[in-house]
Amino acid sequence: MTKRTFNVWRGDGGAGALAAYEVEVNEGEVVLDVLHRLQATQAPDLAVRWNCKAGKCGSCSMEINGRPRLACMARMSTFAPDEAVTVTPMRTFPVIRDLVCDVSYNYQKAREIPSFTPPPDAKPGDFRMRQADVQRMQEFRKCIECFLCQNVCHVIRDHEENKESFSGPRFLMRVAELEMHPEDTADRRAIAQDEFGLGYCNITKCCTEVCPENIKITDNALIPLKERVADRKYDPLVWLGSRIGLRKGADTPLPPNTRTTTATPEQ
Amino acid sequence: MSETTRHNYDVVVIGAGGAGLRAAIEARQQGRKTAIISKSLFGKAHTVMAEGGAAAALGNVNSSDSWQVHFRDTIRGGKFMNDPRMAELHAKEAPERILELEHWGALFDRTRDGRISQRNFGGHEYPRLAHVGDRTGLELIRTLQQRVVQLQQADAAELGHPEAMLRVFAETTVTELLTDASGRIAGAFGYVRETGEFVVFEAPAVVLATGGIGKSFKVTSNSWEYTGDGHALALRAGATLINMEFVQFHPTGMVWPPSVKGILVTESVRGDGGVLRNSEGERFMFGYVPDVFRNQYAETEEEADGWYADPANHRRPPELLPRDEVARAINNEVKEGRGSPHGGVFLDVSTRMPAEEIMRRLPSMHHQFKELADVDITAGPMEVGPTCHYVMGGVEVDADTGAARVPGLFAAGEVAGGMHGSNRLGGNSLSDLLVFGRRCGIGAARYLDGLAGERPAPAAADVERLAEEVAAPLRRDTGENPYQLHQELQQTMNDLVGIIRRGPEMEQALESLEKLRERVASVRAEGGTAYNPGWHLALDLRNMLAVSEAIARAALTREESRGGHTRDDFPAMSPQWRRTVLAARLAGDRVELERRPLDAMRPDLLALFDREELSKYLTEEELPPAEGADTASKEEK
Repeated sequence: MTKRTFNVWRGDGGAGALAAYEVEVNEGEVVLDVLHRLQATQAPDLAVRWNCKAGKCGSCSMEINGRPRLACMARMSTFAPDEAVTVTPMRTFPVIRDLVCDVSYNYQKAREIPSFTPPPDAKPGDFRMRQADVQRMQEFRKCIECFLCQNVCHVIRDHEENKESFSGPRFLMRVAELEMHPEDTADRRAIAQDEFGLGYCNITKCCTEVCPENIKITDNALIPLKERVADRKYDPLVWLGSRIGLRKGADTPLPPNTRTTTATPEQ
Repeated sequence: MSETTRHNYDVVVIGAGGAGLRAAIEARQQGRKTAIISKSLFGKAHTVMAEGGAAAALGNVNSSDSWQVHFRDTIRGGKFMNDPRMAELHAKEAPERILELEHWGALFDRTRDGRISQRNFGGHEYPRLAHVGDRTGLELIRTLQQRVVQLQQADAAELGHPEAMLRVFAETTVTELLTDASGRIAGAFGYVRETGEFVVFEAPAVVLATGGIGKSFKVTSNSWEYTGDGHALALRAGATLINMEFVQFHPTGMVWPPSVKGILVTESVRGDGGVLRNSEGERFMFGYVPDVFRNQYAETEEEADGWYADPANHRRPPELLPRDEVARAINNEVKEGRGSPHGGVFLDVSTRMPAEEIMRRLPSMHHQFKELADVDITAGPMEVGPTCHYVMGGVEVDADTGAARVPGLFAAGEVAGGMHGSNRLGGNSLSDLLVFGRRCGIGAARYLDGLAGERPAPAAADVERLAEEVAAPLRRDTGENPYQLHQELQQTMNDLVGIIRRGPEMEQALESLEKLRERVASVRAEGGTAYNPGWHLALDLRNMLAVSEAIARAALTREESRGGHTRDDFPAMSPQWRRTVLAARLAGDRVELERRPLDAMRPDLLALFDREELSKYLTEEELPPAEGADTASKEEK
């Protein structure tokens, strides 16, 4: 057992500051264990969002010594023995309290993506898909929605104004996943560019770097999606079709009334 | 204190794990305005922790599988204590529910011919678990989450707002169910975790889908949410809980480092070839095959190893016995001094298959051990030991509709009792929550049909009283720290009502719980109402106490050993006790037990077992006539 210095951001949406704590640390512990000890011994109302404590649910996202990480997977043994540990909430989202952010932006973006659309005449049990064909999407479906990629992405990290027109790596990856699904019949390429802001991404790979599931977001989802979008845009047949009015309705539109609603419905 | 917001819904689903989401989807598909209330963010439920898969007799890998064989395995696993109707519905409907998920976008691992692949698991006769690597629960939750979004998109298009018919109230906790003067469900009362604001949901139908109770135990694979809320809400609303003595200790939880003690190591490790060894290097499970399973399990390592490739001509390895058997065996090895350095046993895949295959089949296990324990499972063994994992007991419900004994109350998933008898088979929980989640959604819709527009009204005085109760811990100037009280409760349950139980220890546990009850009644929470975990825990303690009392009392009463209930002082299984279900109800603020007869199995289902096997479980008078009993089973498909 040793004592460590923890600087923890305390405060609510309006104001806050780092508070310093001296806290006990035992062998094998992770940052989340230490935050729990703080709650049990010194700061009972310290707000921390967490669930599984096993890197599977993606709840305990925060910035630890400046790096976006899951607190449950940040082992204390990876810090130098006398290194202070500074824990702050994710910067891209509004703070609710202490280390807890309002991540509703992400749920809003999820709702704007046209859902999986199987062939109209297909029935449950009809699909025959090869492992090789589902494996690509399975990588994306490892996503635990910790939103660390969203948090680190420079398009929105310090640019609140881009949030409306940019869905972020997690949800562009979701678009890529649906576009690659062998049984999906929608075409989200146009809205990926026009509504979800794929063009903002300049493949700096920050998202890939912070992904706790080691998903190759940029290489395997975003770049292939960019290629698909370019294929559609510069395909001479598509161009011709749109000129003579044959392609009407081929692009799946943004689902109606999913973007502008903020007020809750009439009770 | 905060103000109270009111909402009106047809159906309120408490819990946003697999069962809750499936119930809500169904209620909405039945045309009912539905609210989903979740203690966590949408998509973070404990279901994501389920690794191995969802059991369904699709027969994709071995075409000999059928619902009858699945039913038989489930009953065997539950040691014949299962509600037979629930086990039947489950086995019959699980395949449809899995295929439906695929149609909603789930991407299961595939067979060579492009269908859903299935893997072996403890207690299942054939490869039966539809899976995605070792993260099946995540796939299930994400698919249901995305189905909810899809329905919301349809409502947005048709009705102008995505939340017109189906809305998720994230990070909201229900502290009490509301009833009308005649005891019917009228809604639910709770608070928003982010703000502390109070909410009243007026609704004639409430579906409980709150999961389990693991946080009453010290070593558990369960997350903080598993505080037995639904169990306690049901008790306080006048419903009954059955089978609470049956708590599953999963045989393989991590044992080191201490901070991750209890975190689950999936049974797929064993299903895919992993073996258990003690400190002497012995595959000790061969010494623990009980008489009732003797004919189905291998006696030598050669025979066991042959089974993976050629199951038709070999019996199963004993590592794949039902979970209760394996957990007790590990417990005993450690107790007799043949444990691993950190008090578990060794689970090894590294000598059983190439590293590459381990990485493909068990990626999250590899990740988990690498990140949390610095162990490379492709190079050496894991250390594992039993961890509190699942409660078989829960709300007493009607099998077909999920209706509890309080009009308007329904329950599905882990919070419901009966389906798994005294011990749940791995893979049966994901299928359980799909099958009965859907049935609850339909059950709630039909109940509303019966009300014909009438809406039971909650009493206004109740709401005021509840708001007072919830705010009380924040107002106290003295009182104990909730974290301390929680720790003591967990220690008590772990030490005195754990995997091996003794009468005097459980009496002691009940005394300790009684003392804790007084202390919890005056617990103090420091700080304000906004996102205050200390306050939230102070409120959850009451539920954990009620559930712990129900477990301890039922465990003390049942004088036999069966499945997830092992009595040192009553080590044998008793056919008489098999016929008795213990139902807990609240009398004042104390838990009382009633005895009920367990429903008899229909003759056509009974015929799936041969007489010799039945005679190990049933009393003489329950046994079918000696002749012709075991021919029927061979014909059915």
